[in-house]
Amino acid sequence: MARSAEAKKLTLEEGFYAAFLAVLALLCLVIAGKAVDQVMAFHAAVGVVFAALGVFLVFRGYSARSGNPPREIDGRPNYNYGPIKFAVIAALFWGVAGFLVGDYIAWELAFPALNLDFPLTNFGRLRPLHTSAVIFAFGGNVLLATSFYVVQRTSQARMPGIVTPWFVILGYNAFIVIAGTGYLLGVTQSKEYAEPEWYADLWLTVVWVVYLLVYLATLWRRKDSHIYVANWFYLAFIITIAMLHLGNNVTVPVSMFGSKSYIAWAGVQDAMTQWWYGHNAVGFFLTSGFLAIMYYFIPKRVNRPVYSYRLSIVHFWALTFVYIWAGPHHLHYTALPQWASTLGMVFSIVLWMPSWGGMINGLMTLSGAWDKLRTDPVVRMLVVSVAFYGMSTFEGPMMSIRAVNQLSHYTDWTIGHVHSGALGWVGFISFGAIYCLVPWLWGRKAVYSLKLVSWHFWVATIGIVLYITAMWVSGILQGLMWRAYTSLGFLEYSFIETVAAMHPFYVIRAIGGILFLLGALIMVYNVYMTIRHGEAEEPSTAAARPVAAE
Amino acid sequence: MANDNKTIDEATGTETTGHEWDGLKELNTPLPRWWVMVFYACIVWAIGYTILMPAWPLVSGYTTGFLGASQRSQAIAAHNAAVESRSAAGGGLVDASLEEIQGNQQLLEFAMANGRAAFGDNCAACHGTGATGAKGYPNLNDDAWLWGGSLDAIHTTIQHGIRGEDDDTRESPVAYAIGMQAWGDDGLLNEQQIRNVSNYVVSLSGGETESGADLEAGKTVFAENCAACHGDEGKGSQDLGAPNLTDKIWLYGGDVDTVVETVTHGRKGVMPSWTGRLDPVTIKSLAVYVHSLGGGA
Repeated sequence: MARSAEAKKLTLEEGFYAAFLAVLALLCLVIAGKAVDQVMAFHAAVGVVFAALGVFLVFRGYSARSGNPPREIDGRPNYNYGPIKFAVIAALFWGVAGFLVGDYIAWELAFPALNLDFPLTNFGRLRPLHTSAVIFAFGGNVLLATSFYVVQRTSQARMPGIVTPWFVILGYNAFIVIAGTGYLLGVTQSKEYAEPEWYADLWLTVVWVVYLLVYLATLWRRKDSHIYVANWFYLAFIITIAMLHLGNNVTVPVSMFGSKSYIAWAGVQDAMTQWWYGHNAVGFFLTSGFLAIMYYFIPKRVNRPVYSYRLSIVHFWALTFVYIWAGPHHLHYTALPQWASTLGMVFSIVLWMPSWGGMINGLMTLSGAWDKLRTDPVVRMLVVSVAFYGMSTFEGPMMSIRAVNQLSHYTDWTIGHVHSGALGWVGFISFGAIYCLVPWLWGRKAVYSLKLVSWHFWVATIGIVLYITAMWVSGILQGLMWRAYTSLGFLEYSFIETVAAMHPFYVIRAIGGILFLLGALIMVYNVYMTIRHGEAEEPSTAAARPVAAE
Repeated sequence: MANDNKTIDEATGTETTGHEWDGLKELNTPLPRWWVMVFYACIVWAIGYTILMPAWPLVSGYTTGFLGASQRSQAIAAHNAAVESRSAAGGGLVDASLEEIQGNQQLLEFAMANGRAAFGDNCAACHGTGATGAKGYPNLNDDAWLWGGSLDAIHTTIQHGIRGEDDDTRESPVAYAIGMQAWGDDGLLNEQQIRNVSNYVVSLSGGETESGADLEAGKTVFAENCAACHGDEGKGSQDLGAPNLTDKIWLYGGDVDTVVETVTHGRKGVMPSWTGRLDPVTIKSLAVYVHSLGGGA
């Protein structure tokens, strides 16, 4: 099949990974043997299994391939789709798992007895499992898949390496497994969205650096000297996440053989570092990364040029420069000095227009193709996603204003705000991208059923609307109840009364969550049918098929 | 070079930038005017705000802003104002006796408001927001009081708690038990005796007994073992915290099976001492508030 294949031999790359993973397996074995706590023993054992599996896969891949995969076949780039396919399937798996756990804990909030009095099913352990599963496992795999696809396609070049792209994808998912099982077993460094302990952080650092290198090397091979806008956003995402991850996870392990570590920062400095990280995880993971998806998949799907190159360049740099300052708005009215809180607030407001620049560019790209909103449910999903992006990036700066934050902080309003961004923007842009990607990757004419896409769209949209309206009402009600005073200066409501008042909204929210989950299950079925039974693409329009990519 | 590829997009009439990636092109549309204006307005506002308010960090300190605003001093001032207005309205509570508070309309109003708020955040977790209690946690609206329902008795209970750490905590001053003896677990009564005495206890308030229960035998067991605290007639003792068994009010449940469970394993209800955690005025207010619910002489 590989027409221009070179003679097959074990590459330096394959040898390196085999050796590295073998050493890692041994190291994990030693740690497992000397572990001072059970979780460390368990995770080191998982490390042994994964690393050994890695060595096996390297050699199996070597014996299975018929030669070194060529960069081009008949003058067309020989894109590497194998790892991307894996990431798409992983995204679907983690997405459904994450939505399911999220909805379960939503029911726990409405009916606390559902925590079953069992540590594993406690809200405190399931909540980080939910957030990490949807953000880092689902969102992360979507970003890995789309970024590897987009950087290859827009550079018209195959990404380098035989093992390396697989190392990034599988290594990242191994991190997810370590992180997720850790939460269930009660291991956490108590930093929101950065809960995994030191050894998981170290592993992610290795994977992430390799990810950056693969990305840059592919970009290096590009045919046009100009870099497409989606790639700027992917690069901003990869580089900034690396910086945030390193800055927020400076920890001192108690022992090489134990799971516990302590953060180098303390007190309000730690809080500030944490929210510098936390807010920019929103900014560069959930915004820049998914804007990159928008910039490739919307123009591609509607077959229109991007609305404004100038707007893309101005809003890219404005967003990147301004976002990094906005973290302190998470800490209004705390031990954080007022000057830091002021800066967080003003930069959040300045951030409004740079965010909307992306929205304008996404929406206006439909100029001349608005009819597709009616005919193509995938386009509808992508466009509504951008609309949610616009809404939550207006709501966010508004909530960062101290006077508004006084009411909204610590209430469900924040949860509603996050989910209008997460379910509406990140969720829908991801679903839209997956509906585009699956037929392209598996060589199918189109997605199995557009009707089911339409069902997914409506079911999930109703779910989101139920979710966010319930949280708006309950959040504002909660905030008003907390601050209500009697004429003699006593609190009007006890805390438990405010909790009881939330109950109906928690039920509505959880029902919204079920609908969103149901939509995702419809998508999984649709993707399965596309891959298994979809009509094959006609050979004339087929792009060069990947060789030895499986 | 790429400029040679510039074309005019038909649908919009706008020029492209001349680049193409994987079939994707870009229009050279200028920045939307309103977008630029709002962006500038935000920046101007931001600069103005940071000049007026504390904002920029310096080597040692920060720019305090021309308005001289300080969240910290505002918070302190607001706190002081609240303390002042409260002491104006409720300052009399510090020295007033509980009876004086009840007799003075202004003090009573303040104490009730204070007590209600404090109850919601401190007592409601066990006794319920309506003070209706739950299994093991007494209802405070009825006339049954384990340790006394007078103003002073309630005040003492709140101050020192029940079977707690406090030196003056309320305890059952019986050598062998700081709560109710576990008659079955401790091997003092056998199963048959416990069944009999439980039926007898249930019968005291006219409850439903088991068919074939030997109430006479139960009465004997009661007289020999239980009467020491609960009294010969089972009316209980507030000095010992022993409940009255002849009313229909049950802390844990008045069916035979639950009473058997109580007799077998004993009971040891606790309540924390609130001295130190709440200030004396709030504790007084709570006593007045709780007394108003179902207290007596």
